[in-house]
Amino acid sequence: MAVYLFYLIVFPGLLFSAVTGAFLSWFDRKITARVQFRKGPPLLQPFYDFFKLLLVKETILPKKGSPVMFLLSPVFAVTGAVLASVFILLPLFNIVSGFKGDLIVIFYLLTIPSFSYVMGSLASGNPLAAVGGSREMKLIMSYESTFLLFLAGVITKASGHFDLYSVINIQQNTSPFIASVSGILLFIVGIFCIQAKLGLVPFDMAEAETEITEGTFIEYSGPPYAMIKLTKYIMLFILPAFLTALLLNGISLKGVNILWALLKITGIVLLLTLIRNTNPRLKIKQAVSFFMVWMNLLAVAAIILAYLGY
Amino acid sequence: MDEPAGRCGNNTGVFRILNSYKVSFKNFCFKKSLWVFHFGGASCNNCDIEILDCLTPRYDLERFGILLVGSIRHADVLLVNGSINKRDRERLLEIYEQAPKPILVVAIGACGCTGGIFAEGNTFAGPVDKIIPVDAYIPGCPPKPEAIIAGIVKLVKSV
Repeated sequence: MAVYLFYLIVFPGLLFSAVTGAFLSWFDRKITARVQFRKGPPLLQPFYDFFKLLLVKETILPKKGSPVMFLLSPVFAVTGAVLASVFILLPLFNIVSGFKGDLIVIFYLLTIPSFSYVMGSLASGNPLAAVGGSREMKLIMSYESTFLLFLAGVITKASGHFDLYSVINIQQNTSPFIASVSGILLFIVGIFCIQAKLGLVPFDMAEAETEITEGTFIEYSGPPYAMIKLTKYIMLFILPAFLTALLLNGISLKGVNILWALLKITGIVLLLTLIRNTNPRLKIKQAVSFFMVWMNLLAVAAIILAYLGY
Repeated sequence: MDEPAGRCGNNTGVFRILNSYKVSFKNFCFKKSLWVFHFGGASCNNCDIEILDCLTPRYDLERFGILLVGSIRHADVLLVNGSINKRDRERLLEIYEQAPKPILVVAIGACGCTGGIFAEGNTFAGPVDKIIPVDAYIPGCPPKPEAIIAGIVKLVKSV
């Protein structure tokens, strides 16, 4: 029992993934600043932001809304992200082997934060938040099917194994899945799905701060907003880690391999940041057709190629 | 941000030191991450441009943790510029009430600080500090970005 609590709260769970995610969030902001020829924030900036929101600012409840749902949804978001981080990172760090079919559990847990954002924004009773919430809902509907096809492609490549541990093991015994045509196609699909799941720039129409003034999060202040920030930090770490586990043969923590592990995850975050910095925001219609048509086609092509053995 | 004196009977020694650490930690985090919301009254847009200038690569206020946010609910600093006329007055009051406390208010430009050339105008509803409490004044028409940064640094030191 104590071991499970430790997993959940300290090592792969809340504390570890939040701290790593905060550093990755600093990395993301620093790279953004360097792309724009700025100097960028100091290393501990995400921690200052988080503790300021948590300890200093007051919480304001919207007058015309449902306060219970409004306050609970950030808690749901953090819970979902932490559970997903435990299920992803335990097999990744080779601690516990997981169970058969945990890819499906991870898929469901990874959708919880986005759904909580939608619930929180609709509970706040703000018209701009409602616009943001409806956009987020459409975005979820478009990218989730693509994400499922992406997982199906990975399962096909792992010759029908449904659990993360054996997906990693198969890659470490043979070669990483990305070293093949279907693997590269799956990597492209996966990167765009992660971009949409994180709400980064081509797909940030739900929180477009210049257009609908932070949309889904417009009414949040103080500790609930700190919870949302925490969720974002955790997601920024676990989604690249998940992609690493699925296509880049996971990580191993023996000697020099730690550097490799760091390089893989920061490399994926760097790619996400560069996509974010070189693209304008899409309209929701464009995003839906991007996922529903093009990314789905690419994923299906990857599945067929993987089935044929390429 | 002042904490009420502790309710536990033993409030001497360790508890007081811990409490003072807590307060200084809060202040430290607050001044390291000031998020700015920009309210423009009936402005001539010069101050707006100079404020945006502070966030551009040349001056880059993000290295101090200062970000421009879109929603007043996330803001720690309310920048007010432009002359405040009778219509803006209600909106400024509403924005100020919607902001989560503690919030710092900075009046930028001659119009924000004193009213400038509009001070005797018909529709003028008073400089900013007649409507809401102001923590820092940055005069100038418009103030240079260097002056705005100097004002913000003084504000941060006073927190």
